[in-house]
Amino acid sequence: MGKVEKINGVETFNGEGFQLSVLDKVIASARANSVWPLPFATSCCGIEYMATMGSNYDVARFGMERMSFSPRQADLLIVAGTISKKLAPILKQVYEQMAEPKWVISVGACASSGGIFDTYSVLQGIDRVIPVDVYVPGCPPRPEQIIEGLMNIHRLVKNESLRRRYSDEYKHLLNKYHLNEND
Amino acid sequence: MTNLTNEFVLARLQEQFGSAIITSETPYDLLTVEVAVDKAHEIIAWLKQDDATKISFLTLLGATHYPDSQGRELAISYLLHSLVNNFRLRLKSFIPIAEPTIASITDIYVGANWQERETYDFFGVQFTGHPNLTRILNEDSMDYFPLRKEYHLEDATREDKDDRYFGR
Repeated sequence: MGKVEKINGVETFNGEGFQLSVLDKVIASARANSVWPLPFATSCCGIEYMATMGSNYDVARFGMERMSFSPRQADLLIVAGTISKKLAPILKQVYEQMAEPKWVISVGACASSGGIFDTYSVLQGIDRVIPVDVYVPGCPPRPEQIIEGLMNIHRLVKNESLRRRYSDEYKHLLNKYHLNEND
Repeated sequence: MTNLTNEFVLARLQEQFGSAIITSETPYDLLTVEVAVDKAHEIIAWLKQDDATKISFLTLLGATHYPDSQGRELAISYLLHSLVNNFRLRLKSFIPIAEPTIASITDIYVGANWQERETYDFFGVQFTGHPNLTRILNEDSMDYFPLRKEYHLEDATREDKDDRYFGR
């Protein structure tokens, strides 16, 4: 006789020598608990993210201790800090080099909206060049807020379709940013 | 070490260049001399090799935009330093914004290269004789000179800012 258990938020039916579950949910759980972040940190929000990485807040608890400084092995782009217009094409290129599935967090007021730098040289929010999944407000946000943003990414990863890149909405979104990698 | 005075340096400049020295003042005790545009290069070169003053170091150069002074809208300032005599001197030349041209001093001070590029980048000043007068800080695709006063400091593409909320 088997019994139904919840392991890491995923319902499974466990029996003698076998385990039944929904593959989508298992893979999503595995993905969510091993998100490799790419910190694109340019200023004070980057310092707050470094504190988040450190032992007091410790993102390693969420399977994120491996910072990926190559976009090709990264799942999550963490943009923390002011992005100037001159830097925008580089940010876009980093995003394009990341393999699917990929997510983006915009940390802080500057990355989300330009913040106090409403001026000719500063990009008024990274969502002008790349799509953003989670915005973290604050100037700069405390590590607790950044962790809340990461938890929201986890919720997204666990609940959206494993192949969201094939969905019409996702294609439409990328088309809006002229990122037509599926075509 | 000799102690240079503002009066001595001004008198020496006037003796050497006469009518090219247009006006002078000493705000905060810093000798500031307006010189003729076509003589600025010659004066800076002469100061560098002059044994009595030894003003042979360029601290910085830059521009200021005065939109209200007709025909002399752009002021080019050179802040020079005599390291031997610990003496500072500011030279200014005014040029019209319709034809913002002045001689490059990169042949005198190599360090002026990037400063002239920056001044071109932000004010559109054409330094004749500069080896590579291109934008240095702003993105290459920018099509205006952002520190000229007719342009807004704020980003032109923002649509969410309602003037009423900013007291305008």
